[in-house]
This record gives sequence, C-alpha cells and structure tokens, in this order.
Amino acid sequence: MAQREIREITGKSILKGNWETFFGDKWSYDFNSVLITKKDDIQAVQKTHPWLQKKGLVVKPDMLFGKRGKNGLVYIKNTTIGDVTATEAKQWIDSKSEIEIELLSGAKGELTHFLIEPFIPHEQKNEYYLAAKTEKDIDILYISGLGGVDVEENWDKTAEINIPLLATKEEIVALISKNIPSEIEDKQTVSDFAARFYSFFKTLHFSYLELNPVVFSGTAVHVLDMVARIDDTAGFLQAKNWGDVDYPTAFGMTALTQEEKDIKTMDENSGASLKLTLLNQEGRVWTLVAGGGASVVYADTIADLCGINEMANYGEYSGNPSTEETFEYTKRVLDLMTRKKDRKNRAKILLIGGAIANFTDVAKTFNGIIQALDAYQERCRDIGIKIYVRRGGPNYKIGLENLKKAAISFGLPIEVYGPETHITEIVKLSLTEQN
Amino acid sequence: MSALFTNKTQAIFWNNNVKAIQRMLDYDYICGREKPSVSAIVHATSENSFQKFFFGVREVLVPIYKSTKDAVDAQPEADTFLNFASFRTAYDVTMEALEFPSLKTLMITAEGIPERLAQEINIQAKKLGRTIIGPATVGAITPGCFKVANIGGSIDNIVKTKLHKIGSVGLVTRSGGLFNELANIISIKANGLAEGVAIGGDRFPGSSYLDHMLRMEKNPDVKFMVLLGEVGGSDEYDIIEAKKSGQLTKPIIGWCIGTVGQYFQGPVQFGHAGANANQDKEKASIKNEEMKKAGIRVPKNFNNLPELIEAIYHRLLAEGTIDKETSKNVPNLPEDYTAAINAGKIRKETNFICTISDDRGAEANYAGVPISQLAMPDTGYNIGDVISLLWFKKRFPKWTSDFIESVIKTVADHGPAVSGAHNARVSARAGKDLISSLCSGILTIGPKFGGAIDGAAKYFKYALDNNLDPREFVADMKKKNIPIPGIGHRIKSVRNPDKRVEELKRYAKEYFPSCELLKYAEKVEQVTTAKKDTLILNVDGTIGVLMVDMWRNNGYSETEIDELIRSGTLNAFFVIGRTIGFIGHILDEKRLNMPLYRHQFDDILYDVKEAEELAPVTN
Repeated sequence: MAQREIREITGKSILKGNWETFFGDKWSYDFNSVLITKKDDIQAVQKTHPWLQKKGLVVKPDMLFGKRGKNGLVYIKNTTIGDVTATEAKQWIDSKSEIEIELLSGAKGELTHFLIEPFIPHEQKNEYYLAAKTEKDIDILYISGLGGVDVEENWDKTAEINIPLLATKEEIVALISKNIPSEIEDKQTVSDFAARFYSFFKTLHFSYLELNPVVFSGTAVHVLDMVARIDDTAGFLQAKNWGDVDYPTAFGMTALTQEEKDIKTMDENSGASLKLTLLNQEGRVWTLVAGGGASVVYADTIADLCGINEMANYGEYSGNPSTEETFEYTKRVLDLMTRKKDRKNRAKILLIGGAIANFTDVAKTFNGIIQALDAYQERCRDIGIKIYVRRGGPNYKIGLENLKKAAISFGLPIEVYGPETHITEIVKLSLTEQN
Repeated sequence: MSALFTNKTQAIFWNNNVKAIQRMLDYDYICGREKPSVSAIVHATSENSFQKFFFGVREVLVPIYKSTKDAVDAQPEADTFLNFASFRTAYDVTMEALEFPSLKTLMITAEGIPERLAQEINIQAKKLGRTIIGPATVGAITPGCFKVANIGGSIDNIVKTKLHKIGSVGLVTRSGGLFNELANIISIKANGLAEGVAIGGDRFPGSSYLDHMLRMEKNPDVKFMVLLGEVGGSDEYDIIEAKKSGQLTKPIIGWCIGTVGQYFQGPVQFGHAGANANQDKEKASIKNEEMKKAGIRVPKNFNNLPELIEAIYHRLLAEGTIDKETSKNVPNLPEDYTAAINAGKIRKETNFICTISDDRGAEANYAGVPISQLAMPDTGYNIGDVISLLWFKKRFPKWTSDFIESVIKTVADHGPAVSGAHNARVSARAGKDLISSLCSGILTIGPKFGGAIDGAAKYFKYALDNNLDPREFVADMKKKNIPIPGIGHRIKSVRNPDKRVEELKRYAKEYFPSCELLKYAEKVEQVTTAKKDTLILNVDGTIGVLMVDMWRNNGYSETEIDELIRSGTLNAFFVIGRTIGFIGHILDEKRLNMPLYRHQFDDILYDVKEAEELAPVTN
C-alpha cells in the first residue's frame, strides 16, 4: 500500500506520543480525546477519562471524512454552546449510529465511530490553520491566521511555503518566518510552532497532516481538528513512534463481508497478494484475475463494455500464491457468485484472467481453481455460469488444457485463450456471445 | 543518444538472486552477447567468493563480493547496478551505490520503500546525474542487448514476443505485470521493442515517463512510442506538455489504466501505491482525454489498444520509416535440468534409496506415519514406537514398544567407571566438544563393552535352534574356549540378583505371548551357576534373548532374526540407551570444569627395556 488515511484520534495519539520530542520544551498538549462507539458504556469510559465528567463536550464522527460541521455532524450544544454532558453525548451518538446518512459529498453510509473531546472556549481570531503535504520534489507547508471552517473561503490569505526536501533546519525556519501571513499578530509563536510541526510531519513519515484549527492559549495548545495520512510503508521504521495504527475503510464503503474479511486475513498472513472487494452481489460478471495491473484493465474493460452495475467484484491474486491459497480464494468468489441466479436469468460470467506471467507456473495456480470449481460445481450448474479464461506464461498450455477438461467434466461451459488473444478480449467475447 | 543499455553493458547485482541472474545470462546467450552481462554479485553474508552460472552449455564463474565498494573496485567497467535488496535495506544499499561514479544506472526492485526515503534517493541521484529505475519495478530491457533480471519472462516468451532482437517501438509502463503483456501485443501487431522500461508502481518513481521518452525521442531505433499510464499522479501531464511543446515529435500511443476509478466514490486503491486519484486531473479518464487533445493517439479503450498499434506500425512501414522486419537466429538454449525433469522430458537414475522416512510432503513422516501422529504424549505412542517405525518399518504392539523403551531405560547408564563413560569423561576433560567426547564413548562399544547382547542372542539362539541340551551347550562352548556371552557378572550372583534382570524377566513373562529363549537361557544359567554362583544370566544376556523372543512373537522368521543379529541391531539398542548416559557424563564434566586428566605413574607398570644406542644415520 502507500498513503493511508488514519482517524483523528490516531493522529492525535501519535502527536501526543511524540509531543515531548518536538514541542515539549515550550508547549503542552493534554490530548483529552476518546473514541466511542454505540456499544461503549459511557460510565465506564468516564472512569478512565475523568475529564468527561467535568467539562462541556464536543462530539463528532471520526471516520475519515471532513466538513463535519457543514454536514451538521458536530454536536456542541444542548441549549447553549459548551453545555453537552457525557450522557447527552452518548445519547447523541446512539441516535446517529447505525442509520444510513448521506453527506453533502453524496457519500452514503452508517456512522459508527465518534470522537469526544472537551469544548474549548476561544475566539475565532485565535484559530490558526496549519497543514503540510509532500509532493515529488518538495514539501508544502500551509499557514493561515484565518483557520476554522472558512479557511477555504479565505484561501488567498493562506501562505503556501515550498520547502525543498533537503533544506536544513535554519533554511526551513528562515523560509517560514519570511512567508508568515501578515494577518498573524504573534508571528514569532506561530512560526516557531509551524517549524516544529513541519519537523514532526516529516520525521514521522506523514504524507498529509492538517490542524484546523489549532488554538494557542498561553503555553497550552489545543488541536480542535486534525486530518492525517501516513505512509504505511514506513511502518517498519516508525513502529515505536506511531504505536498501534489501524486503517479503517473509508466512510461509505460498506462493511466487509465474511468472504472479504477471510481474504484480508489470508493476505496479511501470506507472502502472496490476495485482494477481494465485493462491488455488487447482483452483478453478472465475476473475475478471478492474477496480477494487480491486469485486474485494473479487466475492471476498466468490464465497466466500459457493460457498465459498472454488472461488475460484481474487484480483486487479484499474485506473488505466487500456493495451490491452497488459490483454492481458498476461488472458493470465496464462487460462494458469493452462486448464491442467487442472475436477475435476468442469464448465465453468470466468470472471467479467469491474467497477463503473461513472468515465472509463476500457470498450471500449478490453476490447480487451486480447479479444486474450487470441483467443490462448487453443483451450485455453479444450478445458477448457470459460463467461464472464460485467458492467461500466458510458464506452462500455460497445460494449465488451460487442465482447466478446460475439468470444467467440461463438471458440466460447466468454458472457453480458454492464451497469449495470442488480447488480455481483455475475453470480456468482449463473454458479453457479445449469446448466453 | 542510444538506448539505456548496449550489448556491452555490465551489471553488478546486489543480492545473490541465482535464478534471476541465470535468466539474465540465458538472455545474453540467446542474444549472442560475447560476455555475460552480470560481472559481479554483492552478497555480504556469502561464504563463497564466486557463484557458478550457465552461459549456454558451458559454466562461468561470477565473483561474489562482500560489499558494493569491493565489487566496484574489482569491476570498474560495470555501469549498471541492480539492487535486489529488500524494502528494509534497499535505501541504504542505493545511497551507498550512488557514491560510486562508475555506476550510472541504478535499478531498485523492492516494493514498499517509504516515500520519504525514495524522495531522498531521487534527489541525490538527480544531483549526481544518475538514472534510477524503480523502486517497485521489474526493470528495463534493450532487446538484443541487455535485460534486467526477470523482465520479459521465460526465454520461450522472450523469443515469442521478439524481445531478443531490436524492434521499432519504445515502451514505457508503470506496471511490471502489464509490461510483458504490452510487449506481447507489440510483437503481434508490430515488430517488437527498441527499448522498454517499467518505471515502477510507487508514488515517487526515480525516473519518470518523460525521462525515458525524451531519451527514446533521441534513440534512432525508436520509431514510435507506447505509454501505458495509470490512474493517480500527474506524470502523464509532463508527456502532454512535451508533446505540445514539440520536445516529443515521434508518434505516441497513450493509455491510462484505471478508468474504472471514475465510478467509485472515495479513494479506491486499484493496484499500485501510486494509483490513487486524489484530484480529478489524476483520474485515468481525464488524463486519457488530455492526452488525446495534445495529439497523442489514445484508443477508445484498453481493448482497442492493439488495433491502434497495428495501424501506426503499418503506416510507418508504408512510409518507409520502419524497415521490413527481418528474423534473427536464436541459438538453442539447453533446457534446464530441473525444468526438463519436471516436464517429464528426461529421466535420471537415482543414487540412493530410502525406505524408512520421507520429508518431501506437507509433513515429514516415519515409515509413512506423519510425525504429529505420534510425537505428543496424548497420542499414546512412545520412543519405542518411533524406533519400531524407523528401524523395523513396523508398528509393533504396545507390549513390544514398551519393552524396547524399557531396554533403553535399563541400559542408559552404568556409572562413570565403565570404559565407555570413562573415555567420554577423559575426552571432555581434554576440552573436546560434546560430539567428539560422545564419539569417544560410543567408539568404545564393541565385543567386550556392551557387545554381549549380540553375542548372547546369537549363541543362545543357535543352541536352541539346534536343540542342544543346556549342559551340551555349556560343554560345547567350553570346548571351543568361548565364554558364553551374557553369562556372568562381576559382583551379582544367585543370592544377590541383578534387579534390572529381575524386572526385565518379570515383564517378559507377564506381557510376552511366549518367551522360549529366555526359558532356555534360564536353564543354561542353572548349569553355569552350579559351577560358580556369579555365572548368572546378566543384563546383556537377558536383553539379547528377550529380543529374539520379541521378534519371534512379532512373526519374524528365523532367517530374518539371524539377519537382524548379524547387522548389529541388538547393539543399536545399547548404543541408543547408553548415549543418554554418556551425554550425562560429558555434561557433568563440562559443569565441573575439571582439568585435563592424566593417569598416575604409580598406576602403570612400566616395563620398557633399555635400547642399544642408535648408530648415527649415514646417507
């Protein structure tokens, strides 16, 4: 993988965990934040987080989407701002949980994870915006004295500072103080903090980090909102600094089915790569594709030739999976595929595709597919499927021959093609033929 | 400017990836290169100073160096560095390699290098004017000249997709998996590649599409180019700009995969790390649209790409830009031995036969029984069963395996004074390691120490088989002047019996279906103890005769039992048991850390006669 978005709570927990190193000599950060779901007992949480009892609270979903205020999903007042109690916070969470909501962006889904923090009274003029991102040759640091929900409306007042990747500490400090926006009164504090923020961002392998707003109150720093992406490939370097990081699926992506979870677990425990996303259980076209690049071109071609609604799944297996792994993978796809007949009573299409393998023994990987087809042959016959195969690489002829023989013996219609046929041609063949 | 590689390109390969290097040498051979393309291997932990490879039919040696510096010093002509380190070490290996000016092109295969580190590599390389290919790539190829490691696939596929000879198309992709596929299409629809590079799937590849396409623009062998881009990133826009500005004039066919991304809300990760559209302009469909506007030829969809390649190729052929394709002879590459065996094309006589165990399956087995079925206590099987399977290839009834185990326990040790244990202790005190000390103990086992088991079994069995009356047997042995093996003890006697013998006999009488040879031996004992009361059936004798009874009760024929005795099987029980004791003595010595043992003078009778004075040696 690569850049992954993390929850606000995770980002703040990383900030807290490394606070002493980057900010501790000058500022303090109390990290009064807690992640709550519907099933949590708020009384119990109050015991471990005593600040929940005292202060007015702020509640918002922590599920990798922004503009929560504009979506009406920040709970800050019962009658007056800052009067929300823990019990009320929990009631609000329960009322918003497990019902489908639609965001202004059009994304639909259920809310499950919420962040509770103390309400911090402050003046809007003390809201700052700080963000950093990394590009090919530079990092960009954004600083604005007009932080908060309207920062985008005032984007022209945001300083955009390009920092060369090999810039020294002194150069960075100079760049920042030279470019600090004129609206900011306490330029000294903000530049100092921004330089340290950038150092934190860079050292801990963040790809994107945004504090909006961040509020200074004496030596106390309040991070009212945070968005963070980290480069998960740096995990082996940052395990200690990051602590436990989980990568939730984006809001609006339906929760994983058991089959998807199984494949995810297999993937995590294997040297091979095994990916499966169920897109539409009702779809007609199912794929078993070897290789990441190949899986994309199959998806492209299916969407192009018969529309996105017919595409049932997206996935790939690669990196030399064992026969056992291929068997388990195929079984899961076949299980999902053969639960229902096609809604228009057509034969469902199974595309067993892949590019020309470098060194994977094609015949060997096909053995796992054959075993799974054997196990599911009855269900496949019952709902009616037609199989199209295209693959090249070592032993592909034997592989295709074996697969063909097996499918025929199971009473399943099949067509097989080698490298002389274009990789995605079977998509076209399967859709144009009268099935 | 010519292609990235020539047929003289020499590479240093970091990591002893034998298969990949062999594939490069096979490629070199079929391309008709004079010299193999890999001149050195860097492998810090290697104990060898070279690795053997095939170059055609003959074998060549490629030197192995402990460090990149050593390799560079020894092979100054190598200008290409193939970094096959893991994602954990690839950064350090690359940064070190950048210090050597002779290495102009550095390829990094690892997937999962942190983006920050990749950026640093790229900046450093740019500053020093080096070319990085990767990370996360299968590499690059200049057909007929040089290929990086595994790119292009098997030799069969390479020849089929014309990668062994120079064609007219410059190919640049991100994906390695689709590189072969595109090379395949180009070989079917056109005359193959002039150069090809897979820049890798990471967000920050070390060299870009543009870097390679600008080179291809200047390479006279490239007549047109194919760019296979991806959703995510904006590098394709560099090509669009270069096309618009006239930096790129040769015909270009472009396609970005991942058009399906436009249908999904949120960032869906399709395939590569770099394949993630954060903005509209990073979407594949938008990039395809923009490429088209800039005058790049863009097919209707990926499935139509072959037609477009064919059309451009035939146009350029008709215009005379591309010459008519000629064929190139491919020397026959001897088939790899293992591959030929696997394919059932050749057969080989075996040198060894093994009938007792097999470690090739999912789980190793003893005589066909998976180890897990008998290893743990709750399986009910003991060490006697393991011995039964591995020595006799049989599962004996419980009374037998229990007996075998009892024998081992019984003979495990007999104090430090017996010759074997003494030797083991003396060796241990001489500072010898455990194995050497144990060997010294075990090597003492023979006809006089521990070996009586064999002899007892042999003679008692012989006597009974020939219906010799016990008295007759004793007299016969006396006449031959052979002390009866298994009879007699230093201190134990009829009145002071050996407890171990008592117990073994009790067990046999209770659990053996029958124990005729034991009964016979007891009758012999009556005869011998009548002469002297220490001439009892001792522990060796008891074990020897009971082993014969054990086998008889398990259905072994007399010839089979004679064969077992002859092959020393009975001694083996003693060796197994006593090894436990020897090890105990050795460990005891190691703990006590006693000094070297030297025997006392007064315990030795010196009886050496004085010799005459030697005369001086004359030549």
